[in-house]
This record gives sequence, structure tokens and C-alpha cells, in this order.
Amino acid sequence: MNPVIQPLGDTALVLSVSATLEDQRRLWIMQRLLQQKFPAWWVVLGVGNLTIRFDPMIEDASVIEHGIEEAWQRSQRRMEVASHHHDVPVVYGGKAGPDLARVAEHAGLTPKQVVERHAAAEYVVFCIGFLPGFPYLGGLDPQLATPRLDKPRLKVPAGAVGIGGEQTGIYPNASPGGWNLIGHTDVRLFNPAMIPPALLAPGDTLRFVPTEVRA
Amino acid sequence: MSISILKTGALATVQDAGRYDGAQWGVPRSGVMDIPAWLIGNLLVGNQPDLAAIEITLGGFSAQFETDCVIAITGAIAPVTLDKKTIGQWRTVTVRAGQILRVGFAETGARMFLCVSGGMDVALVIGARSTDLAGGFGGFEGRALKAGDSVSIGQPGGLAPDAWVRPPARGDILRILPGTEWSAFTIAAHQTLLSEAWVVTPDANRMGARLAGLELPLSQPLEMTSHAVHPGVVQVPPSGQPILLMADAQTTGGYPKIAQVIRADLWRIGQFRPGETIRFVEVTLAEALDALSTQRHWLAQLETQLKWRASRST
Repeated sequence: MNPVIQPLGDTALVLSVSATLEDQRRLWIMQRLLQQKFPAWWVVLGVGNLTIRFDPMIEDASVIEHGIEEAWQRSQRRMEVASHHHDVPVVYGGKAGPDLARVAEHAGLTPKQVVERHAAAEYVVFCIGFLPGFPYLGGLDPQLATPRLDKPRLKVPAGAVGIGGEQTGIYPNASPGGWNLIGHTDVRLFNPAMIPPALLAPGDTLRFVPTEVRA
Repeated sequence: MSISILKTGALATVQDAGRYDGAQWGVPRSGVMDIPAWLIGNLLVGNQPDLAAIEITLGGFSAQFETDCVIAITGAIAPVTLDKKTIGQWRTVTVRAGQILRVGFAETGARMFLCVSGGMDVALVIGARSTDLAGGFGGFEGRALKAGDSVSIGQPGGLAPDAWVRPPARGDILRILPGTEWSAFTIAAHQTLLSEAWVVTPDANRMGARLAGLELPLSQPLEMTSHAVHPGVVQVPPSGQPILLMADAQTTGGYPKIAQVIRADLWRIGQFRPGETIRFVEVTLAEALDALSTQRHWLAQLETQLKWRASRST
């Protein structure tokens, strides 16, 4: 997919590329380049896209567009993205993961095999969004992909580890949610009193470490 | 120095400009739903324009002042009394310690701003004093105000003018530019968006408002990855009924965006009440920027005038 730059209203431009890890890596580099060079622009990463918000009374869209094009070109050179690895301890199944059996049934696996596969992968943080500190993770074993619940739960506890469609993730805060819950972690993804408030950053890697598997 | 909350109505929260830097961590902007009304309210009480205020939703609010202060109530228009005597809105009002403010039900508009000299003195969290209701942080203890709360007031920094400001006319029109997925919708959807009188449903809060009207169909199913969204985006979930995103909107979403309300009209989006209708009018980018320029001039002139008045009030 060729990069496309589109306006979103009078105060934002959106760069869309492909949702592959390769392109996403370039977006991480771009985000850092743009934030350094243009601290007054607000850069927001999506999956396979990047949005820049600006004040059109003091910035012209053509300048932003040029900045985006230039940063996209520069991102081609493989630059190292400073990133961290996180091991996330998880209690799988039981009350901590009430949908583990459902995911196992859907995948044609035993609950234990689901846990093994879920914990075997190294996940990559594509971006942070949707909820404060929430990571969009790439790398879920396709066999574990499970449709979202027909009826979302009104309250999913903070730290719940779930699978929704082809994604897996961790709920940073208690919130309503339709993902299949397979486990729970005590790792805190978001703390408004910390700088930065989010534990994870785009480009970080993550592995789930089973501490206990309950029936 | 504080203000004691006696009644909050539907929702009252402490808000300021919000967290513009938060999106990189998934933190919504939050902040006041009507920026010009809030800025003017602060100028009317002699504050720096960006101090935190109490945003009142639809009225039904009352509070007792524990200290002498200067206040202004801007935004939506409602019957407002101080110790049962009617006071005007969009004007400077002097308050004595012990007096009780009562804000009745809004007659036009949905959100009012109680600005107090010195501002609401709550802690800065991620760069703002705004309440993030979903995240449970910022503002007053990370939550909506409740009867019995005592909210601290800061030290007044400047002289207040004795002044009134004409509230801006609101109307039912929101000017829009096409959204990034505009062309993925059918021609009929474009026509519907621009001709329908969209009814604001009761499913409307600080995150967004669901609008009721004819369906807005896509030409063909569209698979979308998550992308940034922000206040003023009109997104269309599979039901075909649009949602107008507001200040507390999540930072990213996955629904196609048919339109974006222009920046100059963002102050209006939070002033519609359930049951009221919205009409969308498409403008050009040049018209959108012109409108924003006009709005900035209006605000800058008011700021100059009110500061001049304040300097003569000694």
C-alpha cells in the first residue's frame, strides 16, 4: 500500500500506510522524529496510520504535509527504536480467566494448550490507545483468535488479560468490555501519577509468563 | 478558601483546557466542552484564561461560597440566583462568604461554566486539572462532584473587570468538512448527512452523542484498523447511526469517519441537549479557516477589552 496523506477536518492530517510490522516500525521512528523536530504538533499513532493535529492559525497544512513526507522517507533508514521488554506474570483460568474454556473450545485445544501458546509468543506493542495505557499488541497465534462476546461485560477488572478477535491485550482500568478473559495480571499498565503514565510504549515487546493455571 | 457543593444536577465536574499531550498514552483530551465560554468566564473574574472551572450539565446545581470572591457563569442560559436574588450570566458577580448560588434548569444550551476568581485549586495530573471520568483521575479526586464536596479555590491573581459579555449566537447548524472515509459512504449517505435534521438521543454524554436519523450506509463493507479520533469527529458504527465525538472521546477508534466538525464550531457540539436537532452544513477548508480566524479575533478583542476594564476598576 502506498502511503496516503489525507486531511481530517481543518486541524489534522492522517498518514495511512499498511498495518504490517514493517510499516509500523517506520511509524514509530516517524513519531520520534516528528516529536523532536516539531514539538508543537500532536502526533497520535494508530495501527498502520499516524495522525498529526495542529493549530491551523499558526501552522499551514502544506508544511505539515511536507514534514510527514520527509519523516516517512527518513524512516526508511533502519534506525534503532529505543524499546523495552516486559515480562507480564499472568494467572490463567479460574475466576481470573472465566473465558479460557470458551477460547480453548473455539481453538480446538485444551485450556493448558491455550495458555502454552498464548505464553509462547513474543508480542509487539503497535501503539497505545483506546483506553489510557492500553497496548495494541501484534503477534497473537492465529489459532487463538476468538470472536468477541455477544454481550459485553459491564465491568471487566483492571489487569484482565483477554482475546478479542485477532487481538490480545490487557485492560489497564476497570471498564466495560467484550473480550474473552483468559487470565489476570497485577502489572499496572497505567498510573496517572507517573511520568510517563503508561508502562508500555510503541515498539516495546512483551511476553506473558504463566504463574498459575487454574481449572 | 473553598466552595461547598450542595447539589450537582446531572453532572458537575472540574475542567480546564484538557490533556492535549495525552493521546500518546491513550489518555483522552477531557477538558471543558465549550472553550470560548470558559475562557470568557475566566476573563470576567480577572483570571488567567486557562484556570479550572466547574462545568455544570443542564443545571440543577447549587453551592455555598466559604469566602468572598468574584464569579461568572457562562455557557448555557438558566435561571441563576444568589441568595434567591436573580443574577445575570456572562457577567462579573461579586459574592460574599456564606452566600448560596443556585443554578436552575438550562433554558438554552446544555453546559454552564462556573468560573471563580483564583480558579478551582485541584492538582495537575498529566498536565491538566480536568476530570477524566472514565480513567478516574484528575479534577476533584478523579470523579464527578457530589453534594458535600468542598472544592478549594486558588489565590486570585488579577483584578476583575465589572463587565458583561454578549453570549455568542448558537443555532442548530454545525459546519463540517468531509471525514477521511467520506468517499467510502454512498452518495445517498452524503445527501442524508447534509439534509437530515439529526436528533440528539438521550445516549449523549461527555464522550459523544448518538444521533438519530436515517441510516448512513457504506458503499461496501470496510475493514479498518484503529486510528486517532478526537472531538468533532462524526463516526458511523455498523448500525449506520452516527456518533458525534466529544471531549472525553477515546483517543483511537475503529469506525469510519464520515465528517469532522470544523474547529470554529467545536464549542457548539457540547451545547446540544437530548431531543434537539443538529443540521450539518458542508463548507470549504477556506471557509473553515476563515470562521476560525473570526472566532480568534472575537476572543482576542474581548480579552483586550476586559483587561482594559479590569485595569480601570481600581
